[in-house]
Amino acid sequence: MLEIYQVSKLFNPGTADEKIALMDINLKLNEGDFVTVIGSNGAGKSTLMNIISGVMQPDIGDVRIDGQSVASKSESERSRWVGRVFQDPMAGTAPNMTIEENLSMAYARGKPRGFGWAVTGRKRALFKEELKRLGIGLDARLRAKVGLLSGGERQALSLLMSTFTRPGILLLDEHTAALDPARAELITRLTEEIVRSMKLTTLMVTHNMEQAIRLGNRLIMMDKGRIILDIPPERKQDLTVQKLLGEFERISGHKLADDRVVLG
Amino acid sequence: MIHSLTGAVELGFMYALMALGVYITYRILDFPDLTVDASFTTGAGIAAVMISHGQAPWLATLAAFGGGLAAGICTGLLHTKGKVNGLLAGIIMMIALYSINIRIMGKPNISLLNTDTLFSGVASHEWHDFRLAYIVVLFAVAIVVKLLLDAFLHTDLGLALRATGDNKRMIRSFGSNTDLTTILGVSLSNGLVALSGALIAQDGGSADISMGIGMIVIGLASVIIGEAMLGPKRVFWATLAVVVGSLAYRIVFALALRAEFLHLKATDLKLITAVIVILALVIPTMSRSAKQKQQAKRRTAELAAGMRGKGAI
Repeated sequence: MLEIYQVSKLFNPGTADEKIALMDINLKLNEGDFVTVIGSNGAGKSTLMNIISGVMQPDIGDVRIDGQSVASKSESERSRWVGRVFQDPMAGTAPNMTIEENLSMAYARGKPRGFGWAVTGRKRALFKEELKRLGIGLDARLRAKVGLLSGGERQALSLLMSTFTRPGILLLDEHTAALDPARAELITRLTEEIVRSMKLTTLMVTHNMEQAIRLGNRLIMMDKGRIILDIPPERKQDLTVQKLLGEFERISGHKLADDRVVLG
Repeated sequence: MIHSLTGAVELGFMYALMALGVYITYRILDFPDLTVDASFTTGAGIAAVMISHGQAPWLATLAAFGGGLAAGICTGLLHTKGKVNGLLAGIIMMIALYSINIRIMGKPNISLLNTDTLFSGVASHEWHDFRLAYIVVLFAVAIVVKLLLDAFLHTDLGLALRATGDNKRMIRSFGSNTDLTTILGVSLSNGLVALSGALIAQDGGSADISMGIGMIVIGLASVIIGEAMLGPKRVFWATLAVVVGSLAYRIVFALALRAEFLHLKATDLKLITAVIVILALVIPTMSRSAKQKQQAKRRTAELAAGMRGKGAI
């Protein structure tokens, strides 16, 4: 499904601030894999997401989706396969447009945008059905401006927008980190439900160890631009936060340092 | 008096097309495009040259619209592909267009007196009923353009254009090329501005190389006055507000000129416009921050009082 092949990326190459962001990353996601990613500050988690979505280009290496190289494709071209939810709840929706207009833009993902009406009766009925699945009452507010919603509601809408067209790959970049605990829990639950029911191939970066262990069938750990640990489904089941921290220290030789890390 | 007011209303409807253009860049794309000052003249110049060379007025008007589209594409390309700052891209195109406009027109001023224009049919009749017909026609033109723009802004492409100004990162993640939507928006904007210039030239009976100077500020004034009167709401109301704002601007200006005790001259227009825009920009910001401060004070006092009541402090 998704193959990352010998990908490396340097920041500020040739200057005093040169930094290895990713070094020789190889990663293969099978169809339906739900992989959680943890790691310390500057481990390269976000860079990896940006390279998959096409925001950044790798210095060397290749990204393949469905066996096809997407290295030369821009961010907007790759959106046909890749759905994304950002950390910032404000980032995934357009605040001055209505809920139905936002959903309509998501609905048109990967299709040419022309002069057809953006919101039709048929689409509105579909959007209503989809919004009902969130269970937070947004289906009654189709014509409300998104800017009026709370951060949690906006993030739930972002999640729906990036998943209901069944993207080949779903990227979640710490998408619960900016929310208060109750709302983060709601978004986590919705994520789990949606990914499971739609069998989406998912890569989720999180700083919450407990979440990383609870969700998904595979867990990878990154440090200093490398993947240092890849825990397969059979071993992931009896993982605990303590074991994970111990493992990290043993391999990397230092403590997991993330100023926002939540142990659970 | 009535005569100058009907004149103001006519001008208001014709300049409304220009203001709708400014609305697209300034409000939808969040990109203050100064090309407008020159593309207005481009439209007027193209229409005047073609009409004075015997072309059909409707064809000349259409060509003016096309000229504006082309000018907008250049600014859009400069800004998106050339990564030139938006204000600077507009200024560069404005200067370049000045020379191009002279080339198009061949001389700084073209008279259209004694030639057939779009408005000849109306102008040849005597005052009163036909004057009314004139206003109705111009009203219809402004409203039709407004409704077409509304419709466009509700298509898939129109939504992508609006999202480009609202949240670029989001619409890009859903597969829209924001460079293209920006170019499209700036182009459409300047097309409308040039169309407005073509109408003004035909109505006034001449095209002049300097007729576009200050147009961007007049456009901004119309957008802002309209919003102040109707409030910024959904697209339908927002574009209606632009048309109303353009009318209000012209009427207020006509009245100010008529008020002899003010001793105003026609050349004071630009200063008055600038003052209107400054007031419209500054007052809402100042009142908003004052209101916020007040609210914060009240709310904190409430909370503090509540805590004291519970003996928490």
